[in-house]
Amino acid sequence: MSRVLIRGGRLLDPSVDYDAVADLLIEDDRVVEVGIGLEAENAEIIEAKGKWVAPGFVDLHVHLREPGQEYKEDLASGGRAAVAGGFTSVCCMANTDPVNDDPAVTQYILDRAAKDSPARIFPIAAATRRLAGELMTEMAALKEAGAVAFSDDGKTIMDAWVMRNVLEYSKLVDAAVVIHAEDCGLRADGVVNEGRMSTRLGLPGNPVEAEEIHIARDIRLVRLTGARLHVAHVSSGGSVELIRQAKEDGLSVTAEVTPHHLALTDEITEGFDTSTKMAPPLRTARDVEQLRAALVEGVIDCVATDHAPHAVYEKDVEYTAAPCGVLGLETAFGVVNDMVQQGEIAPLELMRRMSTAPAQIFDLAGGSLQSGAVADVVVLDPEKSWVYDPAEGFSKSRNSPWAGEELKGQVSATLVDGRIVYQAGRGVLAR
Amino acid sequence: MIGQDLLGIEFLDREKIELILDTAEKMQEIGTRDVKKVPTLRGRTVVNLFFEPSTRTQTSFEIAGKRLAADVVNFSVSSSSLSKSESLLDTAKTLDAMDPDAVIVRHKVAGVPQRIADVLDAPVINAGDGAHEHPTQALLDMLTVYQEKGRIEGLTVAIIGDIAHSRVARSNIYGFTRLGAEVRVAGPPTMLPPQVEALGVKAYTSLREALDGVDVVMALRIQNERLGGGIFPSVREYSATFGLDRAKLRFARPDAIVMHPGPVNRGVELSHELTDHRPSVILDQVRNGVALRMALLYLIAGRNFPQDQE
Amino acid sequence: MVDLESAEALPAGAGQDGERVVLDDTRIQRALMRIAHEIVESNADLKLLYLVAIPNGGVPLARRLAQNLESLTGNAPRLGILDTTLYRDDLATRGTRPRLRRTEMPSSVDRSLVILVEDVVSTGRTIRAAMDALMDFGRPQSVQVVALVDRGHRELPIKIDYVGKNIPTQPGESVIFRSGPQNESSDEALEVVVQSLVGSDSGLNRSQGVGELT
Repeated sequence: MSRVLIRGGRLLDPSVDYDAVADLLIEDDRVVEVGIGLEAENAEIIEAKGKWVAPGFVDLHVHLREPGQEYKEDLASGGRAAVAGGFTSVCCMANTDPVNDDPAVTQYILDRAAKDSPARIFPIAAATRRLAGELMTEMAALKEAGAVAFSDDGKTIMDAWVMRNVLEYSKLVDAAVVIHAEDCGLRADGVVNEGRMSTRLGLPGNPVEAEEIHIARDIRLVRLTGARLHVAHVSSGGSVELIRQAKEDGLSVTAEVTPHHLALTDEITEGFDTSTKMAPPLRTARDVEQLRAALVEGVIDCVATDHAPHAVYEKDVEYTAAPCGVLGLETAFGVVNDMVQQGEIAPLELMRRMSTAPAQIFDLAGGSLQSGAVADVVVLDPEKSWVYDPAEGFSKSRNSPWAGEELKGQVSATLVDGRIVYQAGRGVLAR
Repeated sequence: MIGQDLLGIEFLDREKIELILDTAEKMQEIGTRDVKKVPTLRGRTVVNLFFEPSTRTQTSFEIAGKRLAADVVNFSVSSSSLSKSESLLDTAKTLDAMDPDAVIVRHKVAGVPQRIADVLDAPVINAGDGAHEHPTQALLDMLTVYQEKGRIEGLTVAIIGDIAHSRVARSNIYGFTRLGAEVRVAGPPTMLPPQVEALGVKAYTSLREALDGVDVVMALRIQNERLGGGIFPSVREYSATFGLDRAKLRFARPDAIVMHPGPVNRGVELSHELTDHRPSVILDQVRNGVALRMALLYLIAGRNFPQDQE
Repeated sequence: MVDLESAEALPAGAGQDGERVVLDDTRIQRALMRIAHEIVESNADLKLLYLVAIPNGGVPLARRLAQNLESLTGNAPRLGILDTTLYRDDLATRGTRPRLRRTEMPSSVDRSLVILVEDVVSTGRTIRAAMDALMDFGRPQSVQVVALVDRGHRELPIKIDYVGKNIPTQPGESVIFRSGPQNESSDEALEVVVQSLVGSDSGLNRSQGVGELT
């Protein structure tokens, strides 16, 4: 039997609203006890004085690129980046090559992940075949193979009739449909937020309305169908209001926000650095303010990174030609911890938005430190400042807007299934 | 300014703009000589790195460099072949290894000169990037206006046309406002970029109001690729509402001059008559382009020297 | 940057404390009259004279010299202004490029007797640059040089044909030609002063005034 004792930390367990200094004892893959002054023989000790101990983070939105684009990332490197960022479970999007629109691909991902990844990996399958927005996928078979949700992320299902059918059919497997909300026609060739910055930089603008129109449409389709909708990477204040209304109307709508949309504005596109290009684009300071408030309020349920690795040479091109997306896993806590530092959110609530809430949305294990819970745990040093260097990180790619930036809040240790898989200073320890 | 990039007018201070214009005025004299060449940049290499064909701008830089005795190398890359084999920045680094003293960059996408400047030792001069900036065009426009009017401070300049997609408009807005002119922009609402007032201009959709009492009218070229782009219904309607002719010019001051960055779509932005005759100063703009670019090469070309001790 | 602006920006105190006037306006006028006589003596066909001033200091001197020549011969010589900046030999090694001055050459110098007019000559490098520049305006029959002040310290084989005054300088001293401080009228009063820049290591380099680095 293996034992780990995490001693003297501030235990944050959103599943039971627990926030106090306590020890946490783990045996094998389970939490066995939470209490003061716990002793255990032959236990590996993690001293957590001054640190937070929380359920491992759960990311509903990552791109791990395997199969097909392993030069950007694979399940091994992505899994290592995940645990280095405190994530014990990550859900990978279907836009691989081949697309995860077939149970064989789902099964392949799960097999590879079991061998290669220190983090749990849950595939999200495509909602339509080849992400073409036309024919729905075999959701039942995909669910059976292990898919936890359905999404054409990166693309939008533009045809409302198709979307309606996807939503209707998803009720059969009781899984959420995740939308990348962006009206392709209105977005046109827009690459940055439409507004003062797009005018200054002379880059094609992408208005917030392109996102909001789609969220509004799909909320109405949820009302029509009664399905579960999860809105990916909400970027605008207007979208927040739509989601708030949907929730008030009792619809089954959840939403996530990325660390970059919580922290950055379109002002940083100034130098045309393609590490600032993502979809949806970074918006204004006013949107950031509204997104942060919505996360605090719970209108937005959780933080998801939209970790989107791209090779250096792919990003070393014209701004308009560069692929969208930035790395997110390793910087997520350092970035969102700012909301605690600024006094906007309590540590317990932030932990809820990073673990308990997302686990519930996709019905995943985790999100709890109660006795008997699976021992997916993260130990965090909220006061530790560090400088992020993507070259030193675990992802294969480097496309981060935080390269060279100082972040406050660092992951000290990550445990998956009761095993220490990452420890600051020692690196990734398993697989 | 040796070794410094010129990426745009937005962050150029008034003092530097005036230094450039003053130097360009002095350079004009060389163009009047029998021997139109001075040995100033002998042994220096200027590279024209054009990702988007532009015979006019490229030729203007080439003549400017040659009049200063620099070796001018034209390096044209078609964007399509580029994306296949090597990245944009690879091209720039390859070029840098050849030790140029200035690199002139033109690209159809905003920000490319900036990205290239980030990796290059040699100073970069932006010869037009997407809808972002075209600083040398704006500087030669300012020189032209200054020489026509004897001042820029206190003038009113109206820029007419597709402001949203115009790098010439942006650079001129920054330049003329920095030197104390009032700048107006006008065009159909689909051609006015969002929050354009944030650039320090007044926006008009009525040509008549925009022209009221202005000293300078600058018509922009309607890009051919916009013709089918759905942002205006037809050339006929554009020229009827925003095309300039002598009759519409009467709304401006009697001594107003007419400018155009070229090439003119005759009968669209400007009537034939206005294209060829005063008060249009289009050929002066072209002529001033060479002197202006000589001034820039004189001030900028060269790798970073240790700061002068004097 | 060595140019007119920075020279005028010399601190007033530094300028006045260690400063002595070596040529006032009267003596400058006397020297220019003597030089006019010498020019008339040495040149056969005075109609071919072409005074070419090197800005900025050469311009007022050439203008006065032209007046003097006209009063002696009844003919005003042609007068041009030739900026030598673009022909300097130190442009490649400087951190900044000097501000340009205007060039106004009203006609070709073909077959003319060119008289270059400079305020202060020292190393001879400006005169070298001026001769190169001149050749771009044609093929003169001859080139001669007028310098109001010759400081010595020649670095190139350049001969001055007509000298207003020889002023051998010590390290730490600079010679400045300028419009006198008392002058407010359009008729400039000129003077030459020697400044001792005690404690300064750049005395020789600072020998500019209205004129250019010599």
